[in-house]
Amino acid sequence: MTAVNEQLLPVVTEVIAGLKHKPGALLPILHEIQNRLGYIPPDVVPVIAESLNQSRADIHGVISFYHQFRTTAPGKHTVEVCRAEACQAMGARQLEAHAKATLGVDYHGTTGDKNVTLEEVYCLGNCACSPSIRIDDEIVGRVTPEKFDQLIDELRSQTLEVL
Amino acid sequence: MTSSMTKSSVTTIYIPRDTTALAMGADRLATEIAAEAANRGESVEIIRNGSRGLFWLEPLVEVETTSGRIAYGPVESRDIDSLFDQAFLSGETTHPLCQGLTEEIPYLKKQQRLTFARAGITDPVSLEAYQQLDGFNGLKKALQMDGQSIVDEVKTSGLRGRGGAAFPTGIKWQTVLDAKSAEARDGKQDQKYIVCNADEGDSGTFADRMVMEADPYMLIEGMTIAGLAVGADQGYIYLRSEYPVAHQILNEAIAKAEAAGFLGDNLLNSGKTFHLEVRLGAKAYICGEETSLLESLEGKRGMVRSKPPLPALVGLFGQPTIVNNVLSLAAIPYILSQGGQAYANYGMGRSLGTLPFQLAGNIKRGGLIELAFGVTLRELLEEYGGGTFSGQPMRAVQVGGPLCAYLPESQWDTPMEYESFQAIGAGLGHGGIVVFDNSVDMSEQARFSMEFCVAESCGKCTPCRIGSTRGVEVIDRIRNDENRAANMELLDDLCETMIDGSLCAMGGMTPFPVQSAVKYFPEDFNQPKQAAKGSARS
Repeated sequence: MTAVNEQLLPVVTEVIAGLKHKPGALLPILHEIQNRLGYIPPDVVPVIAESLNQSRADIHGVISFYHQFRTTAPGKHTVEVCRAEACQAMGARQLEAHAKATLGVDYHGTTGDKNVTLEEVYCLGNCACSPSIRIDDEIVGRVTPEKFDQLIDELRSQTLEVL
Repeated sequence: MTSSMTKSSVTTIYIPRDTTALAMGADRLATEIAAEAANRGESVEIIRNGSRGLFWLEPLVEVETTSGRIAYGPVESRDIDSLFDQAFLSGETTHPLCQGLTEEIPYLKKQQRLTFARAGITDPVSLEAYQQLDGFNGLKKALQMDGQSIVDEVKTSGLRGRGGAAFPTGIKWQTVLDAKSAEARDGKQDQKYIVCNADEGDSGTFADRMVMEADPYMLIEGMTIAGLAVGADQGYIYLRSEYPVAHQILNEAIAKAEAAGFLGDNLLNSGKTFHLEVRLGAKAYICGEETSLLESLEGKRGMVRSKPPLPALVGLFGQPTIVNNVLSLAAIPYILSQGGQAYANYGMGRSLGTLPFQLAGNIKRGGLIELAFGVTLRELLEEYGGGTFSGQPMRAVQVGGPLCAYLPESQWDTPMEYESFQAIGAGLGHGGIVVFDNSVDMSEQARFSMEFCVAESCGKCTPCRIGSTRGVEVIDRIRNDENRAANMELLDDLCETMIDGSLCAMGGMTPFPVQSAVKYFPEDFNQPKQAAKGSARS
């Protein structure tokens, strides 16, 4: 077993201790770890497995089943482009091609400056004002390629301000 | 609010906190309107309400006046100055964005809103506002009734599961009421569960989201009544993680309901108990299938279970469980407070009550339209929808989500009710309607149906897991004009195998949109795509 990154371990054990009493605790635990760390580092799998008295294969199986859980660090922001039918009817195919070209990454990829991770999503429930994207926890409707570029520029300038 | 303003009266403004309103800029707008009001010395109170469901008008700003609420929309930042200049706070209706009295907007006025009667009127997490508009009347009645009487009332309503399967809700509840858990058979305490399926994954649907964001106490009340009916003291709302706004609002509402005794160990001092918790999914469409959802709630991969045993008998953690869609549970407070017969007076045939239709995709006036079953698709598309957003002719309409058929114009006069749709090989699903204009390439849509199944299959059944991948390949060959006749036959055969050889609707219904595209839009499968595009350009 690889040693868990010492900075991450206290966070992970705290999350597990706070949630393991819940029935069916694994998804809440994985969500909370990803909320805190941005991803689920593979070396925390044995820690979770031991706490829940499950096998490492069980935990890995759950992480890999769900599209949302990731095992590598994402960029500073996650941009999800809806690929589902209502958005397709309003130009989502062009929008996703534009997003990939503009950011220079494919789905699940992160830009070189580590600012943006691009993900696909199937429906954000904003289907009457398509096409839609989600930037972190904010959903944006009627996204044209121009509006997409503007939103990405805003993300990049925010990062510069922080720096 | 500041009391030192020159004007003495405070004007109430409503700006929704609904996902679509926010996606169209409602937060920024609320901040800017507040700032401009302060600038001009106007005293206003801004209430963040739910959405009325007139999504093409979002952000829809409403101003309270002596004659009622006046609507303006869609309002953008650049409109704020002119709204103030034209005295929108005093009820002047001259501004070009003015829609008149909200309640008189035909799109809203013509609806038959039972479940969505309160949507958009109030602050969704205000318990006071909920109770002023008949909230918790159903729960109060249910607390005076025994379980069987509650179940009988639901049976009388004729309510059928609104998630898409349309199974009679009363029968499901009866099964859970009559079920004895393993513990109960051993003489220990009985444990049953109420699970709300809020994994609204179908593209073109947002009715569940609107319930949760505009009227969350109605769902809480419906689930609590279900708990009282069958003797369950724990409920879970399995919410998709793609709905962060609904998550926030539900958690606020549950905390307030607990604090006020509408949830918890002593419901309204009755001695009855019901606890409720929201659990998040993690981006997996299959978890909208009820057995997969239960696996996920148990902390496992969302693999579909074989039935029997039914979840009603062996459900969450092996216990008798009601799994109902948000809309089914949201219909319960009305049914209990007004009586099952009042609900059953709407609708036709075996499709009783109302269905919230959701108009989406390439449509001019998209939104939520709650009507009794029986309205035709064409009425919804034309009278409510007003044609396409692009202005081009409509070509194909997918009703019922990604597992249901694409309908050509010849089928748009079909009444929107379960049996009529079944008769034409289509489905109503969860009531979503996605409109495509004449730029759609139906072979591309068919390919996407298979591609979506590749991404979202749980992997249990081979025809679904492997068949969908083969489906993408076969459609690609057809689109590339490789051995077309043989590949069309192969696609048909593959579809039949998936339909007959899959446990659940994922593999079993993915072929429906594919087959409907082939059957009703054959011209899109008849020519090589490159050539077709070339000729369109020249």
